[in-house]
Amino acid sequence: MTLQQELGRRVFDGFGFSSRSASLFARPQSGEELAAILRRAGEEGLTVGLRGSGRSYGDAAMNGGNVVLDVTGMRKILSWDPQSGIAEVEPGVTIEQLWRSTLADGWWPAVVPGTMFPTLAGCAAMNVHGKNHFKVGGTGDQILDAELVLPTGERKRISREENSELFHAAIAGFGMLGAFSRIRLKLKKVEGGRLKVRQIPARSLDEQFDLIDEHTPNSDYFVTWVDCIKGGSSLGRGQVHQAVYTHGDEDPEGKSLMDPSRQDLPGHILGVPKSMVGIILKLFRFNTGMALLNLGKYLASELTPRSWYKQGHVAFAFLLDYVPNFRSAYEPEGFIQYQPFVPKEHAREVFKKILRLQQARGLPSYLGVMKRHRADNFLLSHAVDGYSFAMDFAVTKANRAELWRLCHDMSEIVLEAGGRFYPAKDAVLRPQDFQRAWGQERISRFRALRRQVDPQRVLRTEWAARVGVDEAG
Amino acid sequence: MPAFETAIVVGASSGIGEALVKKLAAEGTKVAAIARRESELRALAQSCGDRVFPFVHDVRNFSEAPVLFDRICAELGSVDLLVYNAGVMPRVEESEYNFEKNRQMVEINLLGAMAWMDPAAAYMEARRAGTLCGISSVAGDRGRRGNPGYHASKAGLTTYLESLRNRLTHRGVRVVTVKPGPVKTAMTDGLKMPLMISAEECADGVLSFAKSSTTEGYVPAAWGPIMFAIRSIPSVLFRRTSI
Repeated sequence: MTLQQELGRRVFDGFGFSSRSASLFARPQSGEELAAILRRAGEEGLTVGLRGSGRSYGDAAMNGGNVVLDVTGMRKILSWDPQSGIAEVEPGVTIEQLWRSTLADGWWPAVVPGTMFPTLAGCAAMNVHGKNHFKVGGTGDQILDAELVLPTGERKRISREENSELFHAAIAGFGMLGAFSRIRLKLKKVEGGRLKVRQIPARSLDEQFDLIDEHTPNSDYFVTWVDCIKGGSSLGRGQVHQAVYTHGDEDPEGKSLMDPSRQDLPGHILGVPKSMVGIILKLFRFNTGMALLNLGKYLASELTPRSWYKQGHVAFAFLLDYVPNFRSAYEPEGFIQYQPFVPKEHAREVFKKILRLQQARGLPSYLGVMKRHRADNFLLSHAVDGYSFAMDFAVTKANRAELWRLCHDMSEIVLEAGGRFYPAKDAVLRPQDFQRAWGQERISRFRALRRQVDPQRVLRTEWAARVGVDEAG
Repeated sequence: MPAFETAIVVGASSGIGEALVKKLAAEGTKVAAIARRESELRALAQSCGDRVFPFVHDVRNFSEAPVLFDRICAELGSVDLLVYNAGVMPRVEESEYNFEKNRQMVEINLLGAMAWMDPAAAYMEARRAGTLCGISSVAGDRGRRGNPGYHASKAGLTTYLESLRNRLTHRGVRVVTVKPGPVKTAMTDGLKMPLMISAEECADGVLSFAKSSTTEGYVPAAWGPIMFAIRSIPSVLFRRTSI
């Protein structure tokens, strides 16, 4: 039987629900099975899109009409050394599995995104970053070496020393250069189960930048919330969240939180039970409603003491997991997250411009988050020495075309400033944006590697096809 | 403008399926007609002009169904309606217990439906549009004594369609279960049954349900109250009847 006859079918959404397609579906249980599916797909003229937990917001883990290869069937932690903090994992191991297995030994994943559910392979393929990107880099910077299964079925060990070019391209390579079948990475030693955290309100975007620049050198984590609806002199107001590790006996109570079972997500958000938050979001999901929620959140931040307090790693790190299935608040049309990365010299002006533009168009983001970043050595990484601004936009039947136009216009501003975008979030990039964001030289090197490892172009995702990762023809 | 731009009718070479193909084509729908018997299929296609596209296929060749479905999607450009009409009811004598006959009924009446509906459901769920229509039977409502395998296969089909409906309704896909009573076809040749209708009348009923907001119903409608009454008979009494 062919794969088309043998495999079942599944309908996949992007995490933001804004894209959807039906695919043949495979979930291999081993590297051998994974290699066999890639090889057979090539022989049968099918393409394969790699997928982890499906947390990419757009179409980066989708491959409609062809095979989606889900790596979550391979989820064993192969080895863990509590002395060195080095773990070797299968590709489907999640961030959650990792911290639950290592925290009691005093180690925490050095890079975690705002949710604990992505797989390590997904994090590697997208070079996922966290709130400490400015300090430690992205997922790729924590990876020591990995095994990559090429579309031919060949397995290659990649590291900074061995097949170095492939290593630096496969990380942040959106799953287009092979499938990770094994990843070895180094975790971060922590001395307590809690962080010291504080929140400071920011009255404007300038103040947000000032606070970031003032405090990131002394922070382990830093992230800011931005009210994208308020304009005028309060444009870009919000609240910054700063966190540092505890050391020695600084937090005796926090020692008990080294027990993973004691690391909880809070049951309430701003006093509202989390089971109600999704309903409230749905009820307020219009411009005036969100302006009211933002006002409430901002006033609460003004009233919140600016003093330090202690918060567990899980509660601080995984904000997106506070409200289970929060994305359903945006059903049925879903939402997109647009996240440009802009060099530090231009970020203030660029972010002000795009905030004003979306407000002028009547399509403001309902949630804005800013972070500080540093550059890295991965060929098509999104990272720049600068700042990112993640913005959630609700999609409706009525606003879809106008929203995409807005994003393209914002991209023009970002690209003029030398910015890039985050493929894990993207739903709107066009081929010309992809070309300008990463530049011809980098893209040509990536395509040359593609021709070497995947001459038949077996690996494909809807995102890669949309932005034109491969040259035409 | 036809109600459906494109359709697939599985089990199209005679009886209800043939009538469905003719009626859909007459309305302007592009129809992929699927059946095992090539000559009947070709004749049907020729009689309907250029709107009917014949595909020879045995529904027991389960692994071929998704491949053929993809091919038809590509050739027609889309699939708005799928009607699964293939079915058999071999004669089963009193006190006859014949696994081969039972297997044939389950394979054609139920498993073939699953093989076709599964890829169609995924396709329509992704598009958030489309209609899946299964021709079940009044025979699926109770386990009557006459032909256990047939009743079981149709009950399975009815339940499978109900599950699909519960899964797909809020995703924009309509799943319709039509339960005809006896229909004058080759399958019922020589049988004397109440409320017997022609294949054309049955096809009218099927299309009426496929186009309406009703997702489950009997053809003719008179079977509705009759089957309600039959379903209401306690099992302990039902087994004493000759129904």
